[in-house]
Amino acid sequence: MVIAADPLLLGPIGLEVFLIILIKVVASFVLLMVSVMLMVWFERKLISDMQNRIGPDVAGPWGILQTLADGIKLFFKEDLIPENADRPVFKLAPYLSLVPAFLVFAIVPIGGDFRTGDGTVGWFGHRTFLQVADPPMGILLFLALSSVAVYGVMLAGWSSGSKYPLLGSVRASAQMISYEAALGLAIATVFLTGGSLSTHEIVSSQSNWNWNVATTGVVPFLIFLVAGTAELNRPPFDLVEAEQELVGGFHTEYSSIRFALFFLAEFMNVITMSAIAVTLFLGGPDGPILVEQVAWIWPILWFSLKLLAFLFSFVWLRATLPRIRYDQLMDLGWKVLIPLALGWFLLIAALNVGRDRGWSPVPVVLVSVAVLWAGAAMLGGAVRKARAERRAIELGSDEVLDAGDGA
Amino acid sequence: MDAAVFIVSAVIVLSGAFGVLLARNPVHAALFLVQSVFGVAVLFLLLDATFLAAVQVIVYAGAIVILFLFVIMLLGVDRAEDLDVEPIAGQRPLAVVIGAGILGTTLSALLVAVGGPTGAPATNAPLGDAGDNAQRLGEALFTDHVFAVELTALLLTVAVVGAVVLVRRLAGPLQPLPVAAAAPETQGEADTPDEGEGA
Repeated sequence: MVIAADPLLLGPIGLEVFLIILIKVVASFVLLMVSVMLMVWFERKLISDMQNRIGPDVAGPWGILQTLADGIKLFFKEDLIPENADRPVFKLAPYLSLVPAFLVFAIVPIGGDFRTGDGTVGWFGHRTFLQVADPPMGILLFLALSSVAVYGVMLAGWSSGSKYPLLGSVRASAQMISYEAALGLAIATVFLTGGSLSTHEIVSSQSNWNWNVATTGVVPFLIFLVAGTAELNRPPFDLVEAEQELVGGFHTEYSSIRFALFFLAEFMNVITMSAIAVTLFLGGPDGPILVEQVAWIWPILWFSLKLLAFLFSFVWLRATLPRIRYDQLMDLGWKVLIPLALGWFLLIAALNVGRDRGWSPVPVVLVSVAVLWAGAAMLGGAVRKARAERRAIELGSDEVLDAGDGA
Repeated sequence: MDAAVFIVSAVIVLSGAFGVLLARNPVHAALFLVQSVFGVAVLFLLLDATFLAAVQVIVYAGAIVILFLFVIMLLGVDRAEDLDVEPIAGQRPLAVVIGAGILGTTLSALLVAVGGPTGAPATNAPLGDAGDNAQRLGEALFTDHVFAVELTALLLTVAVVGAVVLVRRLAGPLQPLPVAAAAPETQGEADTPDEGEGA
C-alpha cells in the first residue's frame, strides 16, 4: 500500500520517522486551531474597520483573545437537542463538517524550497516534505472531502426536525453540489498543466518564473475563486444563512459546543480553501529567498503572506458585496462557470495534444476557439430562447390576470 | 498490515451493507450506504488504486447518495415505512427468488468454476507505480475502450435531456402555450400551466 512519495517514508520506518510524522500531524492541528482563532478575530476586526466600528477590543490586546472567550462561553452553554430531532444524526452532523475541514490541510505543502531544491526540508537528518501527507491522488482528496462536507450541512438541517434548517440545508447542499462541478473543472486544468494529481508535484511544476499564469492563473483561477467562495457559503453566496429568509440556516437548532464545531469548521474551511488556492494557482511556498542564512523560513513566509492575501479578500468580499439571489446563483454556476471552465479545459487539452504531436499552436488555437465559440453560441441561443419563452408565459399570464381583474 | 486493513474495511463495508438493509429510516439507510462506500474506497487504496478510491468517494458518496438524500428529504418519505403494505403486488416473493438466484450464481462462480470466476489469470501484482493511476486509466479508457466510453457519455446525455424534457411543463409545438390559448374569458384555465400537459 503506497500512501506517499515522501522521501521520509521510503526508507525504514523507525521511531525517529514516526516521531517526525507525529510532530507534523500535531503541528498542523495546532496551526489550524490557532489560525482559526486569529481568523475569527481578524475578520471581526477588519470588518469593523471597514464599517467604521471598533469591534472586539476588551479581551486581550486589540481584543485578540475574543475568540478564546467566545469559545469558552460556548463550551459551557447548555446543549439543547430539539424534541423532533433525529438524535444520532443530529450529534453526528457537526463532526462530518469538522473532520473534512481538518483533513484537507494535510495535503497542503506549507514550506520547502521548490525552486532550487526538490521541496524537501531536513529534519533530524531526514529529508521530508513540509506537508502531512502527499498521497498520489493528491488534490482529488480535497474534492472528495469537500463532497463529504456537504453531508454535515445536509444532515444538520434534516436532523433538526424543523423547517427552516431543512430549507437552509437543501439550499446549501444544492449550492455546494452545483459549484463543486465548476471547482472540479477549474482544478482539472491545473492537473493538466502540472501533469500530476499530487499537490507536491503541482507546486513543483509551478515553481518556474511565471507560476503557469497563462494557462491556470487567469480563467481557472477566477473560476476557482468564485466557485470556492460559493462552496464555502461565504458572502456574496451566503444564501444558506440568509437571516431574513431562513432564521440561521442549517444550524438554527444547534447550540453550545455543537454550534461551535460548525463555526470552527466554517472558518477552518476558509483557511484551507485559501491554502488550496495558493497551492494550486500561486506556486504554494514559492518565492525568492532573500537571506541565505535562514533559507528555510522564506518559503513558509511567502506561503503565509499569500494565504493572508486570500483571507483578507474573503473578508473584503463579505464587507462589500450584497447577497445574490438564488436564481442568480444557479444561473452563474450552471450557465457561466461550468461552460467556461469546460471550454478552457478543452482548449488547454487541445494545446497539450498539439504540443505532443508537434502541431503548430496557432491553427490548434484557432480551431479550438472556433469550436468553443460554436458551442457557446448554441448554449447562449438555448438560454435566450428559454428566457424568452418564460418571459412570454409570465407576461401572458399577467396580461390575462389583468384582463380578468378588469372584467 | 494489509490483512488488518482489509479486515477492518471489510467489516465496515459489510456492516454498512447490513445497515442499509436493516435500518427502518430511509435516511439512516442512505448513511449506512455511505459507510459502505467509504469501506470500498479503503479497499481500493489497499490495492494501490488511489484514483479509483478518490473517485469512489467523489462520485458515490459525493453525488449519488446525496441525490438519494435529496429525494428522500424533498419527498418527505423520511419516516419509518409501514412494512405491512406491499407497494407492488408480488414484489416480495419475486425479490426473494431473484436474490437467491443471484446468490447461487455468484457462489457457484466463485466456488465451483475452474480457474477462478472468469478463467483469466488473476492480477496479483501492481501494474506500475501508484502514482500513474490516472494515466493508466485514461489510456485504457480512451484507447481500448473508447467506444464504450463514448456510448456511456451518449447514454448519460440522453438521460439528462430526457429528464429536462420530463420536467419542462410547457415545451414543444404539441403543447400550445397558455398565452396563445387563453382568451380573457378562459382565464381560469390560463392560471394553471399544468393543464397543457395532457395535450
